[in-house]
Amino acid sequence: MSEALNSGSAGKTMTLRIRRGGPGETPRYDTFEVPYQDGTSVLDAVMWIHGHVDPSLAIRYSCVNANACKECMLLVDGKVEYACTARLKAGTMTLDPLDNKELIRDLVTDIVPPKERLRNILAERG
Amino acid sequence: MSHLATDVLVVGAGGAGMYAAIAAARNGAEALLVDKSMISRGGATIMAQMTVAAAVGHQEPDHWTHHLADTIEAGRGLCHEELSAILCREAAERIHEMDRWKVGWARKGGRMTQVMAPGHKVPRCVYVDFLNTGPAVAKCLRTQVAQGSGITRVGGLSIIAVIVRDGQAVGAVGLDVETGEPVTIEAKAVVLAAGGLTKLYRRNSASINMGGDGYALALEAGAELIDMEFVQFFPIGHLAPRLVGMDPIMWDPFRYKLGGRLLNGDMQEFIHRYGASDSGKYTAMRDVTSYAIIKEGEAGRASPHGGAWLSFQHIPERELRAAFGPVIDRLLKNGIDLLKEPVEVAPIAHYHMGGVRVDAEMKTRIAGLYSGGEAVGGANGANRLSGNAITEAFVFGERAGRFAGLYAQNRRQAWDARAAAPVLDRMRAVAARETQGRKWTDSPTGRMLAELQTVMWDQVGLLRTGAKLEAGLARIRAMRAELDRLPFPAETPFNLALLDWHDLRASLLVAESVAVAAIARTESRGAHQREDHEEMDPAQTYNQTVELAGGALRLGKAPVVRYPFQLENAVAAE
Repeated sequence: MSEALNSGSAGKTMTLRIRRGGPGETPRYDTFEVPYQDGTSVLDAVMWIHGHVDPSLAIRYSCVNANACKECMLLVDGKVEYACTARLKAGTMTLDPLDNKELIRDLVTDIVPPKERLRNILAERG
Repeated sequence: MSHLATDVLVVGAGGAGMYAAIAAARNGAEALLVDKSMISRGGATIMAQMTVAAAVGHQEPDHWTHHLADTIEAGRGLCHEELSAILCREAAERIHEMDRWKVGWARKGGRMTQVMAPGHKVPRCVYVDFLNTGPAVAKCLRTQVAQGSGITRVGGLSIIAVIVRDGQAVGAVGLDVETGEPVTIEAKAVVLAAGGLTKLYRRNSASINMGGDGYALALEAGAELIDMEFVQFFPIGHLAPRLVGMDPIMWDPFRYKLGGRLLNGDMQEFIHRYGASDSGKYTAMRDVTSYAIIKEGEAGRASPHGGAWLSFQHIPERELRAAFGPVIDRLLKNGIDLLKEPVEVAPIAHYHMGGVRVDAEMKTRIAGLYSGGEAVGGANGANRLSGNAITEAFVFGERAGRFAGLYAQNRRQAWDARAAAPVLDRMRAVAARETQGRKWTDSPTGRMLAELQTVMWDQVGLLRTGAKLEAGLARIRAMRAELDRLPFPAETPFNLALLDWHDLRASLLVAESVAVAAIARTESRGAHQREDHEEMDPAQTYNQTVELAGGALRLGKAPVVRYPFQLENAVAAE
């Protein structure tokens, strides 16, 4: 994670609107003021929110900014992007879960291959 | 209660875990491969952008005994040499097997290309493509896992405890990441392949899963850990300008392939002042380079962000592009122009030499409990050679799966729900403390993880003193007590905060085991540098073990396992 973000020494702030809730719920957007510096990624910001402001915010990621795990795909201002390679910019940005995958909660969608999904395995063998 | 049964449960689906599942299955066992992330996406392997050491002798004549000699030299007298010998001897076999599985090792004229890496005396490291070796390896193993019969894979299942009955591992209890519900798993053997602990440190190259929970699983199951004081700091982790979409440890191949110059804040080379020869060769070992960068900083000669400069400006553009063409463009997208300006680098927690104590069959002292990959301690002693980590994932992963599979053959399940009851009770008690519907403005678990990372970095980090370590240990112990009172949200599904809480519980136990081992080693050796004991002490040429006894960590000493051998003639592959 960005250390400048952690230490709060980033200087600038911007606004992230993040879609919250699960499949049955009325969509709502929560707004967060996020400190950032040039080059801060959207994943940095979401991790910062989860770790400093709202631990109930859900996102799926593994590799942390290396763009190796490919788990953090979402919509940034309506466009499909990896959270780890999309950069923050001044003003307001809006994050939504992928709209072509089953919504699990917040920014998490079901991108797990069916053969690896615990629910399916339990149904088959449990 | 959800319940699964298998012959061999493999915990962690990075390189080691996937290889373990493949090996268990081809040795007649049914394997269940689980990971808290998606299969093959979490862990360290997929992030490795570098190279894999094996004496295949394609580039220059070589022999595994030479690889062993280099590994032991790097380990500063503390390698479990039998494990090191296995690592170096079986490395070529695994590289050739991956080759048959079409991983795509880089080749020239039919021979695998092998490059030099610091600490190796010959070019020994195969790769797929700079910055893409890990993803290629992960993809190759993922395909083998998916195509092989006898392997069931489950993503999104975090293992909370290995269940032991009458001194024998009989299964595990996991947490379904999506639902937050417990899942019990009966197994004849369990392989811990859950990787290292670098997430415990503020500056790290870790994925979300490297908080050390594999070590906590081993400790709580009654197994021992070894060499926990030896955390490797990668000397030239990226520091500035901000770089995303790339692994922060990517600079090493640049450096030794092109001769990147490491400079202090005064733009002067400095490694030679710390007893290593570097200029023109760039082969100083990791522990020395990390130490030198920190010491330059303390002397007021750091780069602006507190590290050192790494400069490629003396290298002609043609040469730079020939070596790393597409990468140069990816860097430009990050606003980094290597032709115009140096970057800043600094040590970053990268790998753990310590880990689960195993024998040559990768077995712990608990029957049926095995370990593979970075989770295993011992083979690299006090300092790991560049290139040995993925090798270790392959070799130790394969062996752990193989011996676990053989052990499971003709054995009955010994699961007993009563043995799992205390863990399930604990998980229920934790879940009962979830807080419903609160408007959060703060993250208590996030704050505690950040504090732990700062404590480990400042007090149990690269340059240690007895006083700093004691202060760190006291704080870690206090945090372990505070953890039980931390509130966290109940929002489901995919309650990441519940996972955070369980991860933190494991991380604190493992952090404490690093601190107690570091306090007791009153010398400087390899990655363990004590400013109050600056010299290596030959009388401390032993390994330290850690175990849980009556809920408290207990240190022990073990004589170093030696493996007498003679250097064989280096030979070129046919």
